[in-house]
Amino acid sequence: MTYIPHTDADRKAMLEAIGVDSLDDLFDAVPADLRFPELDLPPGLSEMETAWELNGLASANVAANDFALFLGAGAYNHFIPSVVNHILLRGEFYTAYTPYQPELSQGTLQAIFEYQSMMCALTGMEVANASHYDGATSLAEAVIVANAHFRGKRSKIILSPGVNPQYRAVVRTYHQGNDLKFVGDKGSATVPDLVDMLDDDTAMLVVSYPNFFGQIDDLAGLAKSVHDAGALLCMVVDPIALGLFKSPGELGADIVVGEGQPLGIPLSFGGPYLGFFATREKFVRKIAGRIVGETVDADGRRAYVMTLRPREQDIRREKATSNICTNQGLMALAACVYMSVMGKHGLRRAAELCYHKAHYAAQQIDALEGYSVDMSQPFFKEFVVTCPEPVAAINDVLLEHWGIIGGYDLSKDYPARENQMLLAVTEMNTKDEIDTLVEALRSAPDDIANHAHHHHHHS
Amino acid sequence: MADWKTPDNAKYTENDEWIIVDGDTAKVGLTDYAQDQLSDIVFVDMQVEVGDTVSAGDSFATVESVKAASDVYAPASGEVVAVNSALDDTPETINGDPFGAGWMIEIKLSDAGELDGLLDAAAYAKHCAEREG
Amino acid sequence: MTDELIVNKNGAPPPLEPLIYDLGAPGRTGAILPKPDVPEADLPADLLRDDLDLPEVSEMDVVRHFLRLSQFNYAIDKGFYPLGSCTMKYNPKLNEDMARLPGFALAHPLQDPSTVQGALALMYQLQEWLAAISGLEAVSLQPAAGAQGEFAGILMIRAYHLANGEAHRTKIIVPDSAHGTNPATTAMTGLEVVEIPSDANGDVDLDKLREVCGEDVAGMMITVPNTLGVFERHIQDIVDIIHGCGGLMYMDGANMNAMLGIAKPGDLGFDVMHYNLHKTFSTPHGGGGPGSGPVAVGDKLLPFLPGPIVTIVDEGDEGEPPLYGLTMPEQSIGALKAFWGNFGMLVRAFTYISINGANGLRAVTDHAVLNANYIRSRLQGTYPMPFERICGHEFVCEGHFKDADGIHALDISKRLMDYGFHPPTNYFPLIVPEALLIEPTETETKEACDAFVEAMLAIAKEAKESPDVLHEAPHVTPVKRVDDVRAAKDLILCCRVIPDWDAEAAK
Repeated sequence: MTYIPHTDADRKAMLEAIGVDSLDDLFDAVPADLRFPELDLPPGLSEMETAWELNGLASANVAANDFALFLGAGAYNHFIPSVVNHILLRGEFYTAYTPYQPELSQGTLQAIFEYQSMMCALTGMEVANASHYDGATSLAEAVIVANAHFRGKRSKIILSPGVNPQYRAVVRTYHQGNDLKFVGDKGSATVPDLVDMLDDDTAMLVVSYPNFFGQIDDLAGLAKSVHDAGALLCMVVDPIALGLFKSPGELGADIVVGEGQPLGIPLSFGGPYLGFFATREKFVRKIAGRIVGETVDADGRRAYVMTLRPREQDIRREKATSNICTNQGLMALAACVYMSVMGKHGLRRAAELCYHKAHYAAQQIDALEGYSVDMSQPFFKEFVVTCPEPVAAINDVLLEHWGIIGGYDLSKDYPARENQMLLAVTEMNTKDEIDTLVEALRSAPDDIANHAHHHHHHS
Repeated sequence: MADWKTPDNAKYTENDEWIIVDGDTAKVGLTDYAQDQLSDIVFVDMQVEVGDTVSAGDSFATVESVKAASDVYAPASGEVVAVNSALDDTPETINGDPFGAGWMIEIKLSDAGELDGLLDAAAYAKHCAEREG
Repeated sequence: MTDELIVNKNGAPPPLEPLIYDLGAPGRTGAILPKPDVPEADLPADLLRDDLDLPEVSEMDVVRHFLRLSQFNYAIDKGFYPLGSCTMKYNPKLNEDMARLPGFALAHPLQDPSTVQGALALMYQLQEWLAAISGLEAVSLQPAAGAQGEFAGILMIRAYHLANGEAHRTKIIVPDSAHGTNPATTAMTGLEVVEIPSDANGDVDLDKLREVCGEDVAGMMITVPNTLGVFERHIQDIVDIIHGCGGLMYMDGANMNAMLGIAKPGDLGFDVMHYNLHKTFSTPHGGGGPGSGPVAVGDKLLPFLPGPIVTIVDEGDEGEPPLYGLTMPEQSIGALKAFWGNFGMLVRAFTYISINGANGLRAVTDHAVLNANYIRSRLQGTYPMPFERICGHEFVCEGHFKDADGIHALDISKRLMDYGFHPPTNYFPLIVPEALLIEPTETETKEACDAFVEAMLAIAKEAKESPDVLHEAPHVTPVKRVDDVRAAKDLILCCRVIPDWDAEAAK
């Protein structure tokens, strides 16, 4: 048997001590007619057979190890220093539980405290929690905080259409059982349009920085407008961009959320990721999720412990504002190690590399006949390309002829953005890859025309 | 078994609030038993301010220790005329002096008759002892 | 060594390990990055930040710092971890290797489905396996944790009644022994919690249940075996009572490690349940996540599943594999998170089920229950127990003694640390005084169980003979008892000075 260590002698001795004759006798309380059903599963495999099976499935995927990847839209192929994975594989970290017993958990607790501190430094906020599931659920939790802050007396949440469409969908899933109204994101509202929607029923306004199209909106004066209306300002941010651009704290945000995956966490087909959540100290008792605080032990030695526990579901039960228990502990550790090793200088360098490479790619593509890049606003590592053909058709050509995983088809979420592709360029994309992409895009319209009557099957 | 203070000049609720009338206003707080159950109180979240009106049974504050959170309910109806803001910085006063400096709000009673429905000191002391089993 | 090295100025011992911010030196970095290979673009100066307050350390500083931190942790890889309701079983190393295969780890979630058929095939197969284990119809792998699975389940129950024009069904019944997530989840969905008591045997009080059942009941959440560690003896009566009044049954799957191949929730009459892959299927707890909480549903809730889920979009011909795709169920409650679930956790659970197979999973439960009952039978008579009956994969005893005044469950827990064990879960379930909830799991040897029992028996003796040893415990851990009152009163949640932006703006 796989991971079960019992010998026949063990089983016999233990059953005797319990006072039953067989293992089956331990389940007498289960209704007899339903007891011990067949499980329709294959027989167990050996370790090597299991590894072969999984290797086969993994190699059936096209992935960034063999292909140039220019797809972002909420998940990014950033550099991960080797040290990150080595720390994550320490059994002392990854096989520990939530640090409820501080005497046996100082490693996890101090790492979370350091993570919180780094997220505060990065966002310019005074407090950060130990994380939520991902960027989308962090935003849903921010809405809960806004609702709790106003004790339900303000019912409007203004969402920018520039917030990741998946995040906006998740926020609506979370809040389908209450009376909050979500407005602002159905058309193409600009930041000034959103400001016009503020009123005394508005609990929070949410913008993205950069926005989903990669652009840095002009947010000067936004915080003042939001605060003048008595509402809260929430910013959804890319943590790598914060290596370069002004912090949300400096821009006047009350709550900062975002996807921490770029901070040392692999793409892993969408998860597990890391939802970071930071805010001002005055809101700390309203926020969900675990929080680690500094204190001392009985000898006066500095120590760390989970604090503000009565906010949480296991104590507050139906009065808790969120049911969250776990954070993304190991992912927060990854981000903590990543931010440590990259540090003050490395994160800035990585962000600059993204910026330079994205701008190089944008200029080259904008010069192509039939293509145009929206460079009307400053942008960071993503930008929108209007293409001469449908994005899906172009991406087929990129993949099949050039070994390139192309950009995101914006028409999926924004019907008015037909033929618009969102491209992401990070420090992982070399100049050669970018030049190849440009060549591929140049020839794509002809390739599409030539292949109109061919059928390709890719596997 | 512990022995909890239950001053005779107070009236009590089954939820462990006390109310002490002085003229046409009354102070409200948490009982000695309640603070003992909660242990070290670390935070008082006052949900009313001066000028608000509370009805008997309304939750007006939440008191937190490291292991529990407890809502505090108004024993009687009236207008809030004072809030003990000292508890913001020193919530542990409730542990040390629940019936004195640890008072929470003062209200101007709208119906003094409501007090007749509350427990007196003897009945409340019995209520505490029963729960201790 | 000088005294300075040992004792700080105020007499307090030095910290176990400096903060990462207190290591390093200005200008140092561990990042080894290339120079730009493209022409540099002009940076928009007015949009840039002045300072980025992150550590300045070398790679080796980072390695040593986190390695030393790791050594202050207890973990399954270090020793026995009998934390009730958490299922701290061994996390096989193979799982970690499989989740890190480049074809999985480097696949972008928004790639065209035709390029990620391996990942989708794995998810589809896992959906099928989890459905088979549950005896229910279909599974969504989207929930990121058990709490999200619960949330999905109750949202589906709500959506089902709304679709039937029964908006008046607003009550969710929850036993008083439930996990805190159950009432918290219910409140998040806008429904109302109705708590019902357990009887003297640890079962749901059926008379009380009948009293609260009516046309306003949306459903009931219950854990099987329950959080007291026992199989509800009247589970079918409970299901019948709830179904009889038009409600649906939710099973909290936290305790599935006692159910594999023993009974299928679908057969018992449940309409929806969640799994905790990080409990039952050996994915690591990670010091507090990531978890994964797939939901399984019967036919009534099928259209409401959170999504997208993986479906076969083209069966394929003979010799050709089917084509998998991502599909949103028609009346879905929506997406619970970005993308498709905590995929890395799904790979680990898939690996675990593959290596175990049907017989292996049944053996998992057999031995988890064997270990729990063995320890229970050995502690019986020394530690008070609210219910002396055969338990599931865990059992609850009471951490206090008639003849040891002032000893609490917490003292016993802390003293266990001195013996080299992680304590059991304390003070849960709430309805048992001084509860110690003990769950050994199947991966522990008889010797490990015996050693734990010996420690528990020794501590019971100490509780009466030298209670101060317990009150002052732990003695041998990296830190002594931690002052959580101070932590909550004088909040220190960040070690950096964050600028006062309002004041800066005013300048």
